[in-house]
Amino acid sequence: MPPAEHFASPPEWQWWILAYFFFGGLSGGSYALGTLLRFGGDARDESAARLAFITSFIALIPCPIFLMVDLGQPLFFWHMLVDASPGGGLAFKPDSPMSLGSWALLAFGLFSFVSFLGAIAEVGWFRATNGIARILRGGVGLVWNAIGTVFGLFICAYTGVLLAVSNQAVWSDAGWALGGMFLASALAGSTALLLLLARSRRDVDADTGVRLETADRYFVILETILIVVFLITLAIAGTIGKVLGVWLVLWLVVIIGLAAPIAMLSSGAARRWPPVAAPILALLGVLALRALVIFSAQI
Amino acid sequence: MAAFQERPMGFFTDTSICIGCKACEVACKEWNQLQGDPAKFTADSYDNTGQLDAQNWRHVQFIEQVPDNNGVVFNPTPIAGGQAWLMMSDVCKHCKNASCMEVCPTNALMRTEYDTVYIQNDVCNGCRNCISACPYGVIGFNEEKGIAQKCTLCYDRLQGGLQPACAKACPTESIKFGYVDDLHKVADDRLANLQKQGYAKAQLYGRDEKVYGGLNAFFLLMDKPEVYKLPNAENATLPSRNNLPGYVGGVATAVVGLIAGLLAFRNGRMNSNNNNTTTPN
Repeated sequence: MPPAEHFASPPEWQWWILAYFFFGGLSGGSYALGTLLRFGGDARDESAARLAFITSFIALIPCPIFLMVDLGQPLFFWHMLVDASPGGGLAFKPDSPMSLGSWALLAFGLFSFVSFLGAIAEVGWFRATNGIARILRGGVGLVWNAIGTVFGLFICAYTGVLLAVSNQAVWSDAGWALGGMFLASALAGSTALLLLLARSRRDVDADTGVRLETADRYFVILETILIVVFLITLAIAGTIGKVLGVWLVLWLVVIIGLAAPIAMLSSGAARRWPPVAAPILALLGVLALRALVIFSAQI
Repeated sequence: MAAFQERPMGFFTDTSICIGCKACEVACKEWNQLQGDPAKFTADSYDNTGQLDAQNWRHVQFIEQVPDNNGVVFNPTPIAGGQAWLMMSDVCKHCKNASCMEVCPTNALMRTEYDTVYIQNDVCNGCRNCISACPYGVIGFNEEKGIAQKCTLCYDRLQGGLQPACAKACPTESIKFGYVDDLHKVADDRLANLQKQGYAKAQLYGRDEKVYGGLNAFFLLMDKPEVYKLPNAENATLPSRNNLPGYVGGVATAVVGLIAGLLAFRNGRMNSNNNNTTTPN
C-alpha cells in the first residue's frame, strides 16, 4: 500500500488547544470516575466520589477560556452555537466534531456544575445547595450521573475524533484509534489525579485508594493497547516517521507515565518513591501524549 | 454588464500554457486588497510566494523537472516524457464535496449561487478547523482579522457581471473562467489536442467526479497530480470518512473502560469485605 499523501496546511492549534485537551480529558474522566465510585462502589467510596465530582468541575472551568482565547475572534465564540449567517438558527452540525463538541461541552458543563454543587454541599463547604445533594442521592442522581458520564466521556474522546476528521497527516491516518486513545488516556490521567488528591484528604477511605490503583492499572493497559494500535495505523499509512525523531523525548515521558503506576506495585525500588511520584508522572505522560499528537502533525 | 446566470462557475487552468508570469497573483492581490506576505527566499526555483494562504489566493508553482544531462543538450528537449519546467497557477478548487464545509462548525463556509465555496468574514470566528480539513492547503489564517481566508472566486465581481481578476489578467489564457459545463468542453478539446501531439502524461484533474465530486476550479496537468502537490484520486478523501469510525472507537473504549472501572471497584470491595469477615478478632 503506498503511503498516504497529505498536502493540507497546519491549523496552528498550539498550547491553548493542548491545555484544553488535557483539562477537558481530566474533567470528563473525573466525572466518569465519580459515577463509577458512587454507583459501582459502596458507602466508603462516597468521599472519593465527591472529590471526583469537585475535581471534574474545577478542571472544566478553564476549558471554555482556553477555547475562546485560541479563536481568532474570541468574542464570536457564540457562533459555535448560534448560526450568525443570514437565516440564523442554531449552529448544530453533526458532521463536524467541533460543532458536536461545543454542544457537548455546554451540556457537560451543566451536569458537572450541578454535581459539583451537590458534592460541595455534602462535603460541608456550601450548605445552601443541600437540596441538590439530597436529590442526587437517589435514583434521580443515578440517572443524572449516568447522563453526565456519557457527556463527560464524549468530552474525553471527541477531541481525538476532531483531529481525525481532517486531512492532516497522523491525525487523519489514525482514523478510529485517536478518540479511544484519548479517552483511555483521560481515564488513566483522571485516576492518577484522584489518587494524588485523595492522598491529601483524610476522609478518603484507604481501601478506595487501593481500588483506584487497580482501576488505574486497567486504564493504563487499555491506553497502552490503543497507543500500539495508533502506531500500527500510522505505520500502515506510512506516516509513523512524523511521530518519531525529536518526539521520542515525549514518547519517553509517555512510557514513564504508563509504567509508573505498575512499577509502584511490582518494583521494590519504585515502592520507595514518594507516593505522589507515580500519579504526577502519569499526568505528565497524559500531557505528553496529547502534545506529541497535536504538535507532530503540524511540523 | 449583465450579471451571470446562477449556474456553476469556475476556472479551467491549463498548465501547459502557463508561463509563470504571476500576473494572476498580482491581480488577485490588487482586487482583493491583500497585502501579501513579506518577500522571502524559498530556494524553490522562481517561487517566492511559497504557498496558498490568507494573503495568497493564487500561487504560481514552479516545478523544475529539467534533467541534468551532464551538459549534453537534447534538441528538442524531450518534454513529452515529463522532463520540463512545469508551472501551475494554483487556487481554491471550489470542490463540489468540500472538506472545509464539512467541518466548519459555524456555517461560515457557504456555497454561493454560482456553486462556489465562500467564507463569510462576519460569521467566521477563526477556529481554523477548515484549515486542518482542506486537502489542498488552500485556506490560511489572517492574523490581523482573526479569520480564515481564501479565494472567493471574486464573488463580488461575479455579482457585478465581471470575471475574476486573475482570469482577466492572465496573458496566455492559461486561466479560463466561465460556466463549468462550458469549461469542461474546452478542457476535453485541449486534452485531446495535446494527446494527439504526443503529450502522454497530460491529464485533466478535477474534471470528473473522482476527486471530491468534481472541482469547479479544475486543471489540465502535464504530469501526475502529486507532482503539483495535488492528492490523487486515491488520496482525495473527505474528513468525514473518520467520523463514524472515530466515534465507534470512542464508544468501544468507553464501554471497556467503564467495565474495567466497575470490575476494579466491585472486585476490590468484595475482596475487602471477605478479608474483613475472615480476619480473626
